[in-house]
Amino acid sequence: MSEIYSLYVNGVRRDVRDAWVGESLLFVLRERLGLMGSKGACEQGECGSCSVMVDGELVCSCLVLAAGAVGQPIVTIEGIAPEGAPSDVQQAFVTAGAVQCGFCTPGLIMATHALLERSPDPTEFEIREELSGNICRCTGYGRIIDAVQRVAVARRADGDAS
Amino acid sequence: MSVFVPTSLDDALAALAESPDATVLAGGTDLMVEFNGGHRRADHVVVVNRVPELRTWQHDGARLRLGAGVTYAEIEREPIAAWVPALAQAARTVGSPQIRHAATIGGNVGTCSPAGDGLPVLAALDAEIELVAADGLRTVRFADFMLGPKRTVRRPGELISAITVPVADGYQGYSKVGVRNAMVIATASVAIAVQHGRVANAHGSVGPTNLRCPEAEALATSRADMGTGHLSAEVIAECSELVRAASRPIDDHRSSAAYRRHAVGVLAGRQLRRAFPHE
Repeated sequence: MSEIYSLYVNGVRRDVRDAWVGESLLFVLRERLGLMGSKGACEQGECGSCSVMVDGELVCSCLVLAAGAVGQPIVTIEGIAPEGAPSDVQQAFVTAGAVQCGFCTPGLIMATHALLERSPDPTEFEIREELSGNICRCTGYGRIIDAVQRVAVARRADGDAS
Repeated sequence: MSVFVPTSLDDALAALAESPDATVLAGGTDLMVEFNGGHRRADHVVVVNRVPELRTWQHDGARLRLGAGVTYAEIEREPIAAWVPALAQAARTVGSPQIRHAATIGGNVGTCSPAGDGLPVLAALDAEIELVAADGLRTVRFADFMLGPKRTVRRPGELISAITVPVADGYQGYSKVGVRNAMVIATASVAIAVQHGRVANAHGSVGPTNLRCPEAEALATSRADMGTGHLSAEVIAECSELVRAASRPIDDHRSSAAYRRHAVGVLAGRQLRRAFPHE
C-alpha cells in the first residue's frame, strides 16, 4: 500500500511518493529523497550515525516513522551549512583531525551542534555524556572532544569580541 | 498499513475505537527497531507523540501525574528530576540523548520489558497507570498492570494516558549494570525509595516482572533509623541476600542468571548504603 505524504526537510517541502508508510525517516531520506549524508548502520538507535533534528530535538532518524513526521521541521547534515562553506563545527572536526573514516562524522556534527546550542561551554564530562549516543570506531574520541572544545572556545572569543 | 497522526486525545481515542488492534507508536524507540528488522508488522499505526494532552504533567505537591508522552529527556531534567529523583536517574541511563529525546515514559510502560529502565522505579513507587478509551478511564496499580515480559492488562482500544507517582519525601535512587555506561540495556537494576519512613525497593531484568522484595523492605524499614540515616552493615548484607534470593533471573544472550542474581544483590546493598550512609 502506498500514498503520498510531504516532509519539511532543511526548509524545503519534499513529497514522498509510492513509499511504504512503515519506512523509517532514515530510509526515506536516503532512498526516497537522495539525501545520503545521514548514515545507516545499526538501524536500532545504537550508533547515532543517522542523527537528525526533528522538531528541534536531536533524534536517530532510523527510529522515526517517516510518515509520522509529516509537517515537522527536519534538519539533516545537508542543512547544517551550504556546500563549500562548512559550519564552525565541521571546520573544527577537520582542523582537530576528528575525522578518520568519516562514517560517524555526520551524526557527530549534528550531535555537536545540538550540544553547543543547549550548553555553550560544556565540560569534558558533559561532552562525553552528550555524545555517548554516537559511536566512532576510529578516533578513540580524543580528537572529537578536542574539536568540540575548540568550537566552544572560538564561539566564546567571538562573543567577547562583539 | 495505515498511519494516523492525531493531534488531540479525542482524535487518538476515536482512531483506537475504530481500530482497537492498532499499534500505538509513541517515541518509536522500541517499535521502529522491530519494524526496521522486519520482526513486526502492523495494519494500522496510531502515532501519539503529537497529542498535546499526553505531553504535559501536573504536580499538586504530593503527587506527580506524568502524561504518557513525557519524554525521558524531560524526566531527567528539572523540575521533574527533583520530584522523582530515582526516575530521573533511571531516565539518564535510558539509551543515549537521541533516544531520550524521543522515548516516552508511556512507551516504556506500554512495551513493558522487565529491562525497561523506568519500570523498577514505578514498581517501587507503587505508580498508578491511567488507561483511557473512548468509553471511559480506569486506573491500575503498576503491580497489577504488568503481567509478564511485554505483557500487560491494556485492552484493545485503550491508550496509556498517564502515570502518577508520589513526590519524593525521602531518599530515592536507581542503579543499573550493563556492559557499558551509555546505550545499554540493563543486565540488572534496582530502584529504592524511602517514602513516609518506609523503604521500598524493586528490581529490573531479574525476573518476568519488576518485582519488589517485601522481606527486604520490611527488614530495612524496621531496622533503619530514619532520623539519623543509620543502618548497620549486617542488616544491609541481609537485605542484599533477601533480594538475591527473591530474584528469578534467566540465562540469555545478555547475561547469565547467576551473574544477574549476584549483581542485583550488590546493587540493592549499594542503594541501601546510599539511603542510609551511617552504619
